[in-house]
Amino acid sequence: MSIQHTDIFAIALHHRFQWEEAQNCYVILFPEGMVKLNGGAGEVLNLVDGKRSVTNIITELQTKFPDAPDLDQDVVGMLELAIEKAWLRQIN
Amino acid sequence: MTQASLGQSVVQKEIQSQNNGVAANVTHTQPLWLLAEVTYRCPLHCAFCYNPTDYDKHTQNELTTEQWIQALRDARRLGALQLGISGGEPLLRDDIEDIVIEAKKLGYYSNLITSGVGLTEKRIQAFKDGGLDHIQLSMHDITEEINNFITNTKTFELKKKVAAMIKNHGYPMVLNVVIHRYNIGHMRQILEMAEALGADYIELANTQYYGWSLVNRSQLMPTKEQIDEAERITNEFREKQGSKMKVFFVVPDYFSDRPKKCMNGWGEVFMIVTANGDVLPCHSARVLPNIEFPNVKDKGLDWVWNDSPAFNKYRGDSWMKEPCRSCAEKEKDLAGCRCQAFMLTGDAEGADPVCSLSPNHHVITKAIEDSRNPVIASQPIIFRNDKNSKAIIAGELNDRVKEFHALP
Repeated sequence: MSIQHTDIFAIALHHRFQWEEAQNCYVILFPEGMVKLNGGAGEVLNLVDGKRSVTNIITELQTKFPDAPDLDQDVVGMLELAIEKAWLRQIN
Repeated sequence: MTQASLGQSVVQKEIQSQNNGVAANVTHTQPLWLLAEVTYRCPLHCAFCYNPTDYDKHTQNELTTEQWIQALRDARRLGALQLGISGGEPLLRDDIEDIVIEAKKLGYYSNLITSGVGLTEKRIQAFKDGGLDHIQLSMHDITEEINNFITNTKTFELKKKVAAMIKNHGYPMVLNVVIHRYNIGHMRQILEMAEALGADYIELANTQYYGWSLVNRSQLMPTKEQIDEAERITNEFREKQGSKMKVFFVVPDYFSDRPKKCMNGWGEVFMIVTANGDVLPCHSARVLPNIEFPNVKDKGLDWVWNDSPAFNKYRGDSWMKEPCRSCAEKEKDLAGCRCQAFMLTGDAEGADPVCSLSPNHHVITKAIEDSRNPVIASQPIIFRNDKNSKAIIAGELNDRVKEFHALP
């Protein structure tokens, strides 16, 4: 699916997103499975809260990582993958 | 209990998720899954149960609530994230509510693996309030007859009620169906039943032969043709139905050329604490010779995981023998299952006989032949119950276990 910059997402029902100190990464937990997220993916999903729009997320990440190029495409790509994996649900 | 929590399958799923997830990485030094087999007592008597046939020895010395809570804390500190509360039937203990609350506090993603017997409105509400994340319910068939036969109990109607209760409390519905000769012909109807119950996940777990299911192997094993048909129906259902309900089909290793990467490797991601406190790297490890498994009553889990001889015994590949040692595929399956290798061939370091390259592969071929031999296959099923467990311990059922190199 292709997403719009005004879309708002939240972590899918029955899924839990959390920071794991022992693994030093963010994880998504769900029935029968778990995924450890790499740094970038974790940072994106950490801002998915059912309130921020895709634009809000991109802006915040740009502020946090001013040297990172092409954030827009990366964030959208990451969110699309997360939706395909059913880790997210759309709010609006 | 069912094979619902067979670590091998859940770990495989996790690895699949990792491989096609977002640049996930694999850790080799931390337990990710803790399975708490809190009791071996069970109101069901399933013919395919993987619990040890001598479980009756371990029903009187269960860990206390405090000991379980300590184990949960220690494992979490090591990195464990997914917690399975299993058995036997865990609901036979009245402290599951306390365990659930502690699991939530510690940040586990917790799963109650149950037959449904003993789940009441009051208890499920307490689990919800306590923060239990999901409940995995075992189902057996679409017919009352097969459900009641294979579990040796009248539990068919109860399971349907429990499924509705799980749904009503806003839990994801995770069903586990162990597949064997008696229900494999009902695959389509089983999938339709799961859909009608509103299942989010269904695991079709072909019986793997450990514990009671090994003793009943010739009575339970379906034919290759039945398995192929079941897989075809499952794939057809998946295509038609889309992604609404996730369907896992756990392929039986006896009918493949290569063994499973059991537990994703010995002491790699999985840890089980059993009812009496023994800590194992896999469900049936106690059958292996010359290993002393640590017990949480004596040792902390940190030592168990990192330093115990038991958890280090089959890490890496230096223990492997030929043909595995020089095999180009050894990283894919790590020579398969140690327990299966020992039980069926008497050599715990040898190749899993499931592998067609194993010099002992004929034991698998023979087992498949036996299951099609009407004389052998018509021997009675030995149901999992206290009486039969005592009889097996006393050596009264030797005819059914003598071909194995340890008591299943």
